Amino acid sequence: MTTTMSGATEVVIELAYLAASALFILALRWMSAPPTARRGLFAGEVGMLLAVGGTLLHHGILSYTWIAVGLVLGTIIGVPLGNVAMTAVPQRTALSHAFGALCVTLVGTAHYYLGVHEGGIPTFTMAVLCAEVILGSLTFTGSLMAAGKLQEVLPQRPITYRGQNFVNLGLLGVALVLACLLVVDPGRTQLFPFILAIPLAFGAMMVVPIGGADMPTVISLLNSYAGLSAAAMGFVLDSKLLIIAGALDGSSGFILSVIMSKAMNRSFTNVLFGAFGQVQAAAATVGEERTVRSASAEEAAVILAAANKVVIVPGYGLAVAQAQHKVRELFDALTKRGVDVRFAIHPVAGRMPGHMNVLLAEADIPYDRLQDMDEANGDLPQADVALVIGANDVTNPAARTDQSSPIYGMPILDVDKARTVMVIKRSMSPGFAGIDNPLYFEDKTLMLFGDAKSFVGSIVRELSGGAGH
Amino acid sequence: MPHLIDSLFVFMLAGFIGFEVIRRISPLLHTPLMSITNALDAIAVVGAIVLAGDSRHGLAQVLGTIAVVAATSNIVGGFRITDRMLKMFHTSRPR
Repeated sequence: MTTTMSGATEVVIELAYLAASALFILALRWMSAPPTARRGLFAGEVGMLLAVGGTLLHHGILSYTWIAVGLVLGTIIGVPLGNVAMTAVPQRTALSHAFGALCVTLVGTAHYYLGVHEGGIPTFTMAVLCAEVILGSLTFTGSLMAAGKLQEVLPQRPITYRGQNFVNLGLLGVALVLACLLVVDPGRTQLFPFILAIPLAFGAMMVVPIGGADMPTVISLLNSYAGLSAAAMGFVLDSKLLIIAGALDGSSGFILSVIMSKAMNRSFTNVLFGAFGQVQAAAATVGEERTVRSASAEEAAVILAAANKVVIVPGYGLAVAQAQHKVRELFDALTKRGVDVRFAIHPVAGRMPGHMNVLLAEADIPYDRLQDMDEANGDLPQADVALVIGANDVTNPAARTDQSSPIYGMPILDVDKARTVMVIKRSMSPGFAGIDNPLYFEDKTLMLFGDAKSFVGSIVRELSGGAGH
Repeated sequence: MPHLIDSLFVFMLAGFIGFEVIRRISPLLHTPLMSITNALDAIAVVGAIVLAGDSRHGLAQVLGTIAVVAATSNIVGGFRITDRMLKMFHTSRPR
């Protein structure tokens, strides 16, 4: 499938690809911090333009009609996908992983049939082609399932049955055996549809059992698979550009899934084999009746106004209640009174890596106020108030102290080290993992019962002159 | 075979570069990072374009065209949403 370098056009194309590769690396380099991030985006766009422009000069292109149709249709679909609400970014991302994987799978399929038609495929090419198609198709259905769960078209709770890992690994094993047979003799065309169909089934069955809370890890993992399948395509086409872009994307997804799995207290093997959702729901201990202290918005406002330093801990409940903008008002009101307000953001606070930061940035909260877990844990012991909004398990001190707790060892935000803790919560029902949170029963903790959005709203009203009472 | 070895070298080096570069990215920007890598990963469009333009093979052309649609939507959507997100990050408030 290698093309002979014929003439200056080929050199131009390769130089365009070389420049594109450099720009892609720079794009990610500049993405490291907000001040340079938009330059990174620009570099990525220029790189993509160069790569597509160079490709259009390819000698194998005999007609531009369908290319044009594809580019126009893709743009028509892409624009609304780029305009979704920020809360919908996780499902959009999952969907785009599916599209990327679809592209790779289709291209791989076409190359297989073209290769067989033209009289055979070299062994190594066939091996990477199998990798491309298997990874592509399992990522396609897996990502569709993830998008469905995030969009709440599919049930968010884990759907499990006995022996599912056995069935799943069995399916994958069969696909790999068939792939080996194809590598030995690529001419066995009757086998090829199976290494498409089996991974398609496997991808769906791998993701369906996974609960909504594990989605940040799943999305990252699928991101990594999508990258690796593109890199495999690069091997098939002998395209360095594709290998580089695929390797960058693959390592990005890989690093993010490691970060997410650590934040969720999952082992590394647990991530690699996609075995999620089983550690969940180790029966919540029915604790003896303990009393909690609750407070009104008025009392909360008084305490907040008297504080020097307030750390707000947002969880996904805040996004569900659409309370980001009310929280911004609270931030403004407190900042105006000279209170130092920070936001402590747990890696899994949103539905994908970094999601909560985007939601708060959208609400106009300056990013220098957003702290990651390590920074926040350095600050929390000096905080007068830690205000927890819509977060539960990530603040549970049992993760540090109680070895019998299912979340023992999970890195948490040490809100219990603040002088006063306030928790806005609808009721005393336990969190996602169904685990009691001893934080709520501590003497320094005040429970603020109510809907996140309206409660924050009433605190803001109290702070700005008490119009609410 | 030489192609294979070359490609493996490129993959290995790009993997290390990716690891070192991505490791330095602030958790603040992990969502835009995933959106931009989505767009960059759609570079697979270059393979799809060649297939879609190869009018000698009907099947390849059909598959290639669908692949161009899928990848282009990722390029356009991925860059667009990354741009929208990055615009929201600021230090001093405008209001």
